[in-house]
Amino acid sequence: MAARDRRTGFSRRRQYGAFLGYVVAVAGAVVGAVLLVISTLHPATFAPVRMSAASVTAPVSSGLDAVARWFGAIPTAIGSYFQVHGENAALRAELKRSRVALMQARTIVYDNHRLRQLLAVRDRDDTTVVVARLVSSTPSSGRRFALLNAGTLQRVGSGMPVRGPNGLVGRVTEVGPIAARVLLLTDPESVVPVRRIGDGMPAIASGRGDGRLDIRSAERTNVRFGPHDMFVTSGTGGLYPPGVPVARIDHAGIDQAIAIPFAAPDSLDFALVQRPYMPLPPPPPALRAAP
Amino acid sequence: MRQSDESQIDFRPFAPPLPPGRARVVPWATVMAGSLVTIVPVVASLPLLPPMGLIILLTWRLLARFSLRPWAGAPLGLFDDVVSGQPIGASMLLWSVVMIGIDLVEQRLIFRDFWQDWLIAAAAIIFCLTVGRLVALPLGAHVDSVLLAQIAMSILLFPLAARLVAWIDRKRGSAT
Repeated sequence: MAARDRRTGFSRRRQYGAFLGYVVAVAGAVVGAVLLVISTLHPATFAPVRMSAASVTAPVSSGLDAVARWFGAIPTAIGSYFQVHGENAALRAELKRSRVALMQARTIVYDNHRLRQLLAVRDRDDTTVVVARLVSSTPSSGRRFALLNAGTLQRVGSGMPVRGPNGLVGRVTEVGPIAARVLLLTDPESVVPVRRIGDGMPAIASGRGDGRLDIRSAERTNVRFGPHDMFVTSGTGGLYPPGVPVARIDHAGIDQAIAIPFAAPDSLDFALVQRPYMPLPPPPPALRAAP
Repeated sequence: MRQSDESQIDFRPFAPPLPPGRARVVPWATVMAGSLVTIVPVVASLPLLPPMGLIILLTWRLLARFSLRPWAGAPLGLFDDVVSGQPIGASMLLWSVVMIGIDLVEQRLIFRDFWQDWLIAAAAIIFCLTVGRLVALPLGAHVDSVLLAQIAMSILLFPLAARLVAWIDRKRGSAT
């Protein structure tokens, strides 16, 4: 194959056309660089563009998702038909074992209710805005975003926390009419304030980008994180409601440890979009210029 | 060509299989379809999917020299940014730079065959993915081993993309 393009020949029109093509190519690169700077400094600028594209792709993704789920359910249905007897026996045994724990839990719930009444603590109701599915994500980019198939029409707003059945998934960053973008916990720019179950030790869970989280102690040094320490959201900052399971420590560490999130987004069934625990206060009134 | 028994003679051997306008749209459409692979209904925890849009763009550019204008990198990159989750402008810049860079390389090469194409595509893929990671993610993110795997998969995917694009190119006929 001859490598060079010599087709312009002596035709002025073709020569100018080819030259103009390169001018436009360089201009495209420059425009790209400018857009990149803008979107790095102010990521929300292009949210409308992204979310209008998402409004088209999210229904397609959820259609494909429904088809894949339908086919994926066939082997499960066949398998469960044959396993149903063994499963029945195992469930009966487990029921017997958990009856004691249930009695204890009922006592604790009653005690908790009574003590809270004594303290006159009022629980904020963490109402669920909508139950939707995460239909696609960014599998080729290092950022960890997922697309939720619900948007402003379902009253989803920017900044709302998203949780799955097992634990926290992330928070909504951009909203379109029928789709929303969710920043997953594992994104390198996601930070969640957490506390350890058991002693309530506050910590920070930040995403690593490889599907795991870094847990750092927030107020003390020389903190030991044992394996299987569990962390729930602390409610600090007012975005995430307290008490949502977040992650479990994988490798023991001092002051910093690697944790695995409870909600594995790739096996996620439903996502619950909730109201922010404490909504943002209204912006302060603009200061009047001194006369 | 019709494969019926009565006539195996192609009476119009030079007729373009597709009208020129549509034949010009085909490379653009395939690159955008490659970018749209990201809408598969999977919530991935690792960035392992090769950048299909970029691979198909490189294949068109290297296999069929005149199928895409030199400025095609910018609009196609913008579309890829909108659906891929990278910050807007990243692919627009990188793909334009790659298109211009391939032109510069071509000026210096007298002759090239598939191996050189593969080498050029590998360099372009490494460039785009590495710089894309640097602009999109903080330096401390632990994605570098995954990035190496993604780069390797993308480079190994180039011959397959070349077969696919060559097949489409044969079907669509030549259009400038």
